[in-house]
Amino acid sequence: MTHSVDQAIRIKELTYRWPRQCADCLAISHFAVAHGERVFLHGPSGSGKSTLLALLGGVALPQTGRIELLGQPLTALSAHARDRFRADHVGFVFQQFNLLPWLSARDNVLLPCIFSTRRRERAGDPQQAAARLLTHLDLAPALWQKPAAELSVGQQQRVAAARALIGQPGILIADEPTSALDAPRQQAFIDLLLAETAAANAALLFVSHDVRLAAHFDRTVALAEVNCAATEAAT
Amino acid sequence: MRAVLLLALKSAWARRLTLGIALVAIALASALLLAVERVRSDARASFTQSVSGVDLVVGARSGAVQLMLYAVFHSGSATNNMRWESFEALATHPAVDWAVPLSLGDGHRGFPVLGTSAAYFDRLRYGDRQALTFSAGKPFAEVFEAVLGSEVAAQLGYRPGDHITLSHGMAELGPEHADKPFTVVGILAPTGTPVDRTVHVDLAAITAIHLDWAGGAPLPGLAIPAEQVRKFDLQPQEITAMLIGLKSRGDVFRLQRHINGYRGEPLLAVMPGVALDELWQTLATVEQTLFALSALVVAVGLAGLTATLLAGLNERRRELAILRALGAGPREIFMMLTVEGLLVTALGVFLGAALLAAGIVTLGPLLREYGVHLALRPPAANEWGLVVSILTTGLLASLVPGWRAWQISLADGLTPRN
Repeated sequence: MTHSVDQAIRIKELTYRWPRQCADCLAISHFAVAHGERVFLHGPSGSGKSTLLALLGGVALPQTGRIELLGQPLTALSAHARDRFRADHVGFVFQQFNLLPWLSARDNVLLPCIFSTRRRERAGDPQQAAARLLTHLDLAPALWQKPAAELSVGQQQRVAAARALIGQPGILIADEPTSALDAPRQQAFIDLLLAETAAANAALLFVSHDVRLAAHFDRTVALAEVNCAATEAAT
Repeated sequence: MRAVLLLALKSAWARRLTLGIALVAIALASALLLAVERVRSDARASFTQSVSGVDLVVGARSGAVQLMLYAVFHSGSATNNMRWESFEALATHPAVDWAVPLSLGDGHRGFPVLGTSAAYFDRLRYGDRQALTFSAGKPFAEVFEAVLGSEVAAQLGYRPGDHITLSHGMAELGPEHADKPFTVVGILAPTGTPVDRTVHVDLAAITAIHLDWAGGAPLPGLAIPAEQVRKFDLQPQEITAMLIGLKSRGDVFRLQRHINGYRGEPLLAVMPGVALDELWQTLATVEQTLFALSALVVAVGLAGLTATLLAGLNERRRELAILRALGAGPREIFMMLTVEGLLVTALGVFLGAALLAAGIVTLGPLLREYGVHLALRPPAANEWGLVVSILTTGLLASLVPGWRAWQISLADGLTPRN
């Protein structure tokens, strides 16, 4: 166990098959992300990307193998405990529509503090933490009280990043977070994300089909190479 | 947990328009159900308690229901009268404490006129043995004096000292006893019984206004001025019915048998409480049908809520996925949806009760004209029972979208499928 403690994500001999399907969707013999490491995972659609996200989020369990986050084997936890663990330790940024449109930008950032006591405590004063993050992510205070639905896509993604970072979770998972942004803003957003995860000393797993974005990451991994199942069940 | 509920509230508020429509439907349905319940319990109470303190109602032999209808509710008409001798014989019966004659047939602008004795005001009880009280003036003492029920006075704007004339028969434009006006001397306080809609005069006055009449029309060439009627014998030949109070209630069946077998003429004696209950039973089917219909309306309203929440769920799949990513479990998602439905139901019932109260305040006076008396009061036990059953049904109706959201959140995980 000791060797896995310095790993943020560790997957070993994992297979996963969706219910009512005959072939494995995901088969990973080994994949790991170290603490504070920022990894670009290249995954075109059909490569088992959303399955991997479901497994990392703990909303699905592998049929065989191990998946550990921050040293905690997810398979050892109940569904409820996995939900708690996700709330406490993992921040997600999705492609788009990350926010509850009827909440203000600031309240969206504060959401993890509702679901996780740990993140609320680590944020210190959640209101201040949210303000600090939003300022860092270059969102003008005038926008903070606006309903999320009224923000531009770029602004929404920055709010989503702030929400994923509040309360310092150990792992940040970003799933195509820049695909809704135009090219100049894509790199700016990635730089922002890299800087903020580095500042929070969190591991970043950035999943995208667009290899051009991989430039500033510590390491690039192709999901197709890791996933043995993908070669058999190509789409 | 409280924060999650607060989040559910904010989410519901964001969809306030659609939820508002479901809410209004539930509010109207609850108001309807509560109103039907209120009307039937209050109507039953005011109906079955329109006479109390009277042991027997006696009239010419007909049906018990018919006798009650004309003797107590002054509606319909007696097929036969009873003779004055029979009244006197029964009034002096050793078991009888008091007897009050009732004579009907005339009207005043659509309200029935009751000829009786002044003892009527002392003896008649209504509701929970409450006595009649005067809101103005006093009982009649002279032949041409009248005491009005509260409704008559209020609707026609009469005050003590006003003069009124009676018309022959109940038709509003029947022939008038215009030569013999009456002075209003008293107005009764509201009772919620047929008394409110009745004009009370002395029994002798009924005889007096008909002295120069025969067969429902004035006798040609014979006009007896009002000031001369006292020279005549104003003892009536016949009366419509009588009320009897006994010295001992234990005698009631014995006297009833005695009257029903009366040798002088065929008479019928009924116990008002029993007869009114029987009469109400004939209306029970209507009442139950109304109740069943309004319960059905509530079910429709709650089905609308379920449909609204279910339809909204498809648009909220992203919201559910976001909440899942934030750490919400299927259980919390389920709870958020169920709480939302329950909240809308609870607000709907509350609004419905408020609507009912507002309806009673605004429509109460109108309903009173139809003899339905609704009081503004906190819900009674039976109404609380209804409120609880609406809430329970609302909870059951909300479990459906809750369960569906549970399923969706398990199937979708972190990425909503559209």
